[in-house]
Amino acid sequence: MAEFEPQIIAFCCNWCTYAAADLAGTSRVHYPPNVKIVRVMCSGMVNPIYVLKAFESGADGVLVAGCNLVDCYYLDGPVKCDAMFAILKKLVHILGLEDERLRREMISASEGVVFARVVEEMVEGLKKLGPAPFKVKKGAVV
Amino acid sequence: MNVPEVVEYVKGLPDIVHAERNLFTCSEEGISAIKKGIKGHNLNRVIVASCTPRTHEPLFRAACEEAGLNKYLFEFVNIRDQCSWVHMREPEKATQKAKDLIRMGVAKARLLEPLEEVETPVIPSCMVMGGGVVGMSAALNLAEQGFEVHLVEKGKGLGGTLLDLYKLFPTNEQASKLVESAIQKVAAQSKIKAYLSTRVKDVRGFIGNFEVVLDQDGKESEIKVGTIIVAIGAEELKPVHQYGYGKFPNVVTQLELEQRMKKGEFEGQNVVMINCVGARIPERTYCSRFCCMTAVKNATLIRESNPASKVWILHRDLMAYGEDFENYYRWSMEQGVRFIRYDREKPPQVIGDGTAEKVRVWHQLRGREIELPADMVVLTTPLIPRADNEEISKMLKVPLSEQGFFLEAHVKLMPLEFATEGIYICGSARWPTEIAEGVAQAYGAAAKAAIPMRRGYVKPEAITSYVNEDLCGGCGICFEMCPYSAIEIKAENGKRVAHCITALCKGCGTCGAACPSGAISMNHFTDEQILAQIAALTA
Repeated sequence: MAEFEPQIIAFCCNWCTYAAADLAGTSRVHYPPNVKIVRVMCSGMVNPIYVLKAFESGADGVLVAGCNLVDCYYLDGPVKCDAMFAILKKLVHILGLEDERLRREMISASEGVVFARVVEEMVEGLKKLGPAPFKVKKGAVV
Repeated sequence: MNVPEVVEYVKGLPDIVHAERNLFTCSEEGISAIKKGIKGHNLNRVIVASCTPRTHEPLFRAACEEAGLNKYLFEFVNIRDQCSWVHMREPEKATQKAKDLIRMGVAKARLLEPLEEVETPVIPSCMVMGGGVVGMSAALNLAEQGFEVHLVEKGKGLGGTLLDLYKLFPTNEQASKLVESAIQKVAAQSKIKAYLSTRVKDVRGFIGNFEVVLDQDGKESEIKVGTIIVAIGAEELKPVHQYGYGKFPNVVTQLELEQRMKKGEFEGQNVVMINCVGARIPERTYCSRFCCMTAVKNATLIRESNPASKVWILHRDLMAYGEDFENYYRWSMEQGVRFIRYDREKPPQVIGDGTAEKVRVWHQLRGREIELPADMVVLTTPLIPRADNEEISKMLKVPLSEQGFFLEAHVKLMPLEFATEGIYICGSARWPTEIAEGVAQAYGAAAKAAIPMRRGYVKPEAITSYVNEDLCGGCGICFEMCPYSAIEIKAENGKRVAHCITALCKGCGTCGAACPSGAISMNHFTDEQILAQIAALTA
């Protein structure tokens, strides 16, 4: 049987973490292809519903990443992201998902290597955890 | 990755009319292929899967626009920087990932909507905050270009820190000469209106149309400007409780020494200067850059006026950058100024009883402690951010650095301007800056401020939030969330509803994420679009 390959959706803010992911590319830093980035303008705009939708759509892990507190393009987006993330953590817990499936990072535009390392760590952790428990197979009768 | 395989896959996705491979989509050939495709297939959405929107989105958007397609109907999928370049060792998986990413992009593109950018006029008038030499230089530059300038100074007169300086390095000209000539030019310039003893109390609005409330000795007035330049400078650190400062009357800072020299009140036979007092230490890590030169200058001027005097500069490193400063430093050694390097771990000690009498320092080259006679000790301290920086940064909604100086949008790509459009920064408010650099920055900031004022209008991106008033409960959470005061709560037909002031909105989308009734969405990043993109994660 083929090794389980987790699916990760990463919500990355346009100004910092999305740029960091680009930098990982221009500097040819390798990381596992399990992650798919959804570009958002600010980490503070990541509606908790997006994260739940990601799990519903088959993601095994979700990363919400954006600017550091000091270099936010929109002044204080990360603060708002943190506040929403705290609620999200509880919600995900109630749904019976392991804490490790949801990760919050602040990765600045210069930290391509950090982005790659975070993805690596997540993939490794999720491989140990296995598929998300309520991953619904397409076409299955629910 | 296997691009032909990806193209074949994309052709099979629902709603895809045409898919083709280009070697360089950003080349002229690629651009014309986009335009031809739009016309030939009557396309109403265009997706480019290539590098990154951060560099190439404007180009492809323009191509769409030229072919008659609204530029917001274009979607970018990043399969190079975020796929092929980072998964080179796994080409099969990279190919699969590219397919997935494009499928997600198509899902979003399906729901894209055409948007119009609204032109807003720019008042050809600028407020310059700070009436020092940097602020005056910016004001004069803009006035000479024909723009109206409101020059706001909190002190009683123009001139700023320069009023306290004696002579200036590297030319040794009188500071008063330079500052007086600038003040006269400002006074003679009819386009500049100077406000003395005036503070900026409140700033509302946005690029092109800022409404500013000024407070002149308790009397309030309002002005309207199109742009704002921050040139409020910085202040010298007063090193209280260090090296006998505040305890011995003959321990002073460089600025205090200059004030005495200027008034002709300076007397001293043996002068010891200590550099890097309060700078480059764990609690204030930065180098103030020009204070080494200030010490070198004052030391040399003392030697010049009294050849019998002895002047020592105790320094850690010595910042004398550029040809002029290097030559000036050499000249000071020729004039007999003595330089002794000290170690931060073994700092000098000022010894005295009632007044400072001598300075004890570990001489690194001699490997022993030496004592220097001192009838004056001068402490070279860095510039520190002004106390009102924080208040002003909040008022203008622009950031400060960790150290408390104003932080420009990007040190290389967007220097002298803030991410908040229409607001610019120059001089020591940005970072400790000597006069020549400060004036050059003032001209740079003025040139940038002139761009929208000369054009007469701005066209902000249409990525802004909007409120569905039927769903809005008027709770006001969005109002609290918005960092730009772009949301107002209005009462309409007896019901409280939120309203977005489009010209103020920067499109962060935090209002929408926080809205409990899902009444706010952001153009081009709507919930529906993003949810569709996510839902397409698995085929």
